[in-house]
Amino acid sequence: MVKRSSTFAVPEKVGHASDAAGSAATSTASATAGSVAAAATVTATTSGAATSGAATSGAATLSSPAVTVRDIDYSYTKKPFIEGLSLDFARGKITSIVGPNGCGKSTLLKIIDGLIEPYTGEVVINGKPSLEMTGKERARHLALLAQGARPPAMSVEALVACGRYPYQNRMRSHLDAEDKLQVEEAMALAGIEHFRHHDVRRLSGGERQRAFIAMTLAQNTGIIALDEPTTYLDVRACHDIMQLVSELNREAGKTIVMVIHDLDLALRYSDHMMVMEKGKCICADSVDAVFASGAIEQAFQVEVCRFPSDKRTAYTHFPL
Amino acid sequence: MEPRRPKHTKAIAVAATVTFLVIVTVAAFFIGSSTVGFPEFMALITGNPISDSAKSILLNVRLPRVLAALMAGAALAMAGALIQAVLDNPLACPNIIGINAGAGFAVLLTSSLLPGMFAIQPIAAFIGALITAIVIFFISLGMGVSRLTVVLAGIALSSIFGAGMNTILIVNPDAYVGASRFLVGGLSGVLMSNLTWPSPYIIGGLAAAVFVANKLNIMSLGDATAHSLGMNVGRWRMSLLGLAALLAGAAVSFAGLLGFVGLIVPHLIRFLVGHDNRIVLPLSATFGAAFVVFCDLLARVMFAPYEIPVGILMAFIGGPFFIYLIIRNRRYGGDG
Repeated sequence: MVKRSSTFAVPEKVGHASDAAGSAATSTASATAGSVAAAATVTATTSGAATSGAATSGAATLSSPAVTVRDIDYSYTKKPFIEGLSLDFARGKITSIVGPNGCGKSTLLKIIDGLIEPYTGEVVINGKPSLEMTGKERARHLALLAQGARPPAMSVEALVACGRYPYQNRMRSHLDAEDKLQVEEAMALAGIEHFRHHDVRRLSGGERQRAFIAMTLAQNTGIIALDEPTTYLDVRACHDIMQLVSELNREAGKTIVMVIHDLDLALRYSDHMMVMEKGKCICADSVDAVFASGAIEQAFQVEVCRFPSDKRTAYTHFPL
Repeated sequence: MEPRRPKHTKAIAVAATVTFLVIVTVAAFFIGSSTVGFPEFMALITGNPISDSAKSILLNVRLPRVLAALMAGAALAMAGALIQAVLDNPLACPNIIGINAGAGFAVLLTSSLLPGMFAIQPIAAFIGALITAIVIFFISLGMGVSRLTVVLAGIALSSIFGAGMNTILIVNPDAYVGASRFLVGGLSGVLMSNLTWPSPYIIGGLAAAVFVANKLNIMSLGDATAHSLGMNVGRWRMSLLGLAALLAGAAVSFAGLLGFVGLIVPHLIRFLVGHDNRIVLPLSATFGAAFVVFCDLLARVMFAPYEIPVGILMAFIGGPFFIYLIIRNRRYGGDG
């Protein structure tokens, strides 16, 4: 059996299907192609995209990792769950965390966001240990879109304005001019201005996710973490969200860290990948290197196949 | 629950609520079981001479009663709005987290141990409510403060206090006589001195609640998102529950166990102006005040010269409304 066949012939039908996915995808495909060309290792990368990434996050230098996880131990029960996990997340890149259910992906994201505290080890965000930051300070460096965030009973605009909470304090809980500007920019970036007055609960899944992403954008952080941003979305909406994510990365210079279940989306839209299995990181590298390493096959027990089209590439998998 | 709620709807709701409050408050001054009415009221305001008895009725009977109704209504409605938002449970109210049961138990206990000392009953109620809130605070603290934990702890405490109350009533049936007015909830015979202690707590509590209303909007995004925005969710949840307990306890101490204000008023307000707590909280307090004054007025004049306790009247209005909420909730999939 042929594993990881990057030389797979593209069946004509598949090629047509991916072309039909929409012309907007072209730009994203070229970005993926770009990262394929530039990709080398996780840590050593200061390509053009990273320049704008550093601009939004003051203190840290260009080449320093956006988020560093160091010697993390954590467990829900007496049995160790995450043990001695260490990793750097490259600045200005899209890094996907993949792994089977219960491997600790979401737990890792919660640890990074400070929702749960590791027993040992530390999380360093933009050069500063997260435990030394106040909640609001952390929220000005890293924005997390929680998994399946429940739609609140408020307008889209009001939801996006909630993203300014980390900049408010006891004396000032209303929006000032800067807040309003950031909210407008966030809505423009996410492309949701035209339904700003709609009730979030009445939006479609894709629109809702866009609104939540706009809220994290209003936090004006250099780093955005996404916990399964495409869950429950249809195919088109999945690509819409991922295209928005790569736009934010390329044009707004955001460092993206996301947990994602869909291997095709992860391989297509990421610069780097981290494969987790049973609380451990078994491989973390550029997408191509991870793809070539066989770590995905090992973690999921599937065979991953690459389908290159004219300018784009799709991935599918077969159970082993 | 339209996707877009025009701004003027809110303005109308605010204007209507304030107008209602002013009208019922003024009306409550000059309508009552005695014949003292509008002319005497106007005379008192304008400084014209009036009889001593009329003046006494207005200042010593009606004034404390109206003030008590205003404060109890505002405090209980605010407490309800806070608890519903903090626990994210549209059916929550001060009774649910055990505040009323704690206060009731304390009152029965004092009326059993110290019969005849009615003056200390409000203090006992206040202490009972506060102790309940503190106990819930510590139970929840050890368990990660989930929304369900607080409700379950409240239900457990309510049944413990309920059992305690029944025990007292069986062992010492006379205790009921002293405490009946309190247990039913009513405002007849409220004195200015009953309001001295609770009023600073209520006024301060109302101001604090309006001040932190934005926190509740952030909380409504869910724990993980609120945390991600930099909020210490557990600490704020407990602080706001404590604030609600303070308000409810202070109100219960002089008004007795008034049910349902805390439940129905925030619902009605959200139905009118949406879910933004920066509007819901102050408007709930305003409407709650007006609603209790209105119900107390009805309670005084419906069967005049007899008076029914306002707690009974509000239960008659609140009970059917509660059932309507349950039906509506089921039909529209829990859209509180």
